Amino acid sequence: MSRRIFGPFNRVEGDLEVTVESEAGRVTAAWVNSPLYRGFEQILHGKPPLDALVYTPRICGICSVSQSLAAARALADAAGIEPPPNGQRVADLILACENLADHLTHFYLFFMPDFARDVYASRPWHGEIAARFRAQRGTATPALLRARAGFLHITGLLAGKWPHSLSLQPGGVTTTPGKAQQGALLGILLGFRDFLETVLFADRLENIAMLDDAAALARWCDAHADSDFGRFLRLADDLALHRLGRIEPDFLSYGAYGGLFASGAWRPGEGRLPLQTAWIGEDVSHSWMLSQNGPVHPLHGVTQPDAGQADGYSWCKAPRYDGRVIEVGALARQAVDGHPLIRALVAADGSNVRNRVVARLLEVARVLPAMEAWVRGLAPEAPYRIDVRLPDEAEGEGLVEAARGSLGHWLRIRNGRILNYQIIAPTTWNFSPRDGQGVPGALEQALVGTPVVEGAGESVAIQHVVRSFDPCMVCTVH
Amino acid sequence: MALSVLWLQSGGCGGCSMSLLNAESPDLYTRLRSVGIELLWHPSLSEVSADAFVALLEAIEAGEQPLDVLALEGAVMRGPAGSGRFHLLAGTGRPMMTWLRILAARARHTVAIGSCAAFGGITAAGGNPGEACGLQYDGAVAGGLLGGGWRSPAGLPVINVAGCPTHPDWVTELLAALALETLDAADLDEFNRPRSYTDRLVHHGCARNEFYEYKASAERLGDQGCMMEHKGCLGTQARADCNIRPWNGGGSCLDGGYPCINCTAPGFENPRLSFTETPKVAGIPVGLPTDMPKAWFVALASLSKAATPQRLKDNATASTIVTPPGKGKEAHES
Repeated sequence: MSRRIFGPFNRVEGDLEVTVESEAGRVTAAWVNSPLYRGFEQILHGKPPLDALVYTPRICGICSVSQSLAAARALADAAGIEPPPNGQRVADLILACENLADHLTHFYLFFMPDFARDVYASRPWHGEIAARFRAQRGTATPALLRARAGFLHITGLLAGKWPHSLSLQPGGVTTTPGKAQQGALLGILLGFRDFLETVLFADRLENIAMLDDAAALARWCDAHADSDFGRFLRLADDLALHRLGRIEPDFLSYGAYGGLFASGAWRPGEGRLPLQTAWIGEDVSHSWMLSQNGPVHPLHGVTQPDAGQADGYSWCKAPRYDGRVIEVGALARQAVDGHPLIRALVAADGSNVRNRVVARLLEVARVLPAMEAWVRGLAPEAPYRIDVRLPDEAEGEGLVEAARGSLGHWLRIRNGRILNYQIIAPTTWNFSPRDGQGVPGALEQALVGTPVVEGAGESVAIQHVVRSFDPCMVCTVH
Repeated sequence: MALSVLWLQSGGCGGCSMSLLNAESPDLYTRLRSVGIELLWHPSLSEVSADAFVALLEAIEAGEQPLDVLALEGAVMRGPAGSGRFHLLAGTGRPMMTWLRILAARARHTVAIGSCAAFGGITAAGGNPGEACGLQYDGAVAGGLLGGGWRSPAGLPVINVAGCPTHPDWVTELLAALALETLDAADLDEFNRPRSYTDRLVHHGCARNEFYEYKASAERLGDQGCMMEHKGCLGTQARADCNIRPWNGGGSCLDGGYPCINCTAPGFENPRLSFTETPKVAGIPVGLPTDMPKAWFVALASLSKAATPQRLKDNATASTIVTPPGKGKEAHES
């Protein structure tokens, strides 16, 4: 048996360390460590509740809007109000803009460059992939950066800037896009659609969204081999990425975009069951946290670091849903929603590296047309926000689907101040350490069986598995 | 000669890197190429990971790999109890703050990207549970990790590209000046921030200037009036060019309907009351516009308030323009 420590991982947000044990070149056990602790939950204690809207987006520069919206929703819940339809639509537009930009950033800048590495020089596709996706030098990069920056103009119009906006408020949004902005927004969306339909898919988004099983996907790939999605599917096939990073599906989604994607829990054989946030508990038995008696619901959770915990190996807590290890993200979201292609791919091969990437790109194709409809559906004469009076004593829950999966904020207000604020981020679920029963987290399970180079040298398969989750480590521990 | 840049992240959110990718006309890589900047390593952009990266750090430490610029994004994590364990650099078992001391001694220049790396920033808010500080400042106090008297091998202090997040241009302009060797000490302000953007106030170019002139004030976020009197806006004191140089194609905090929180300043993370509420004494805002004598401000404010056109009164507390220019004059005169 051999033991290796991998880290730091770049092309993930934040710092990450993975320890693996292996035998005969395969991982037999893994331990995932989030090595950075900042203490946002402690910082928020005693602050005016509305100031959470300034602090929480700054947990993460890549999921800033998601954090912002989760805080706004937790505060709205505490106040017992809901934003008007315009406010919800604009919030969805800003969130969708961040989420799709993140999906593209992940695909082009974080995930694909690993296939351009020299270790794949003997594969028939390597020359093409290296020319296109080589880190910093690939031909896809400048076009992606331009498309991404142009798409983020949506945030310039609707949120002032990205990241770190204060425009998302519990009562709605602080911008009031009128008729002129509707036209400007449609122009931005069409510019991004053009990039997707010429470069990423070389096909209509609607055709991607209609793919409904593995055979349809294979036929599509044959017909669109020169698109970036097609390039990925071809190398995924060659490298059998559907067998890499595999775990049994047990998915959760809080639901997104005003019902566009359903909420719930899903695993094979059970179908979609209603979401029960009361079943969420955080376990700290393997975290560098002050020990507690079993898992605690985040409304009453405590975040008190303790670097001396003997069983601890990460600053990350271990969230569990009804005691179960959960995977969140685009794959979970699309499976929970019931998209036929994703349900079919998961039925055949479970959760794996390929399916995680396919779900992300499918989601891009599904969401952009919805954004166009939301812009057309704005009613510029109607209000975008309502006034909110926060009670001095209240509790609130704010749920959002970030690019990387389910994000929750739980807030208690006493005497007009924040008494407790707890956050469970998507990567907290996916990259959790073991729990009190010794059950490893989702990535820790997914790494088992992965080929690893013992001793020195790159182990690129480990990198694929880790990055297939699009981890955000700064959110994970916060 | 290429300018080599090693970019590290510690106690921050990565938002300054994400913002950097928003650079436009030209895009980031074109900007870097145009002045010969070579990203030796960047956490979001480089190919090498893990062992190869650690080997690179060790080569710099040993003096085998020359380094022109060490850029840090995120605060220095000194906790718990000064140990630096809140951020051990993955794969090395060594506190990031130890690495930073070593690398800063090797790099010709050290640059703090964002207010966390410069001053501690948001990561140092509240009770500062992480014992976060900046590279050469702890809030507004010189010191931080390296000490107030520290100078880089090039003879400059840590250059603080403050902001939360930084505008992509602020970063690329500074790196370009280093590559072109045009930057000298006089180009930095009293907190060692590049004067290329801190010689301006956020107030400059603010679309709400007319409301400010007549003290026609917003009462709620999203109202169009000036946010200085009630909503905590610090744009008249904040050192940055956010309303001259657009964000994301044309935005700014003010255009987004919310106040400037002075994110380029040390200590912005702990406002007196809250971020969106103006502290006042006897009805007068505590923080006055930079360089404005208090007596004059009070006199001018009361005068201009008496002269406020009806149009501005109407629009200040509305979320869209309800009274266009040329209308509402009669109402005021009657």
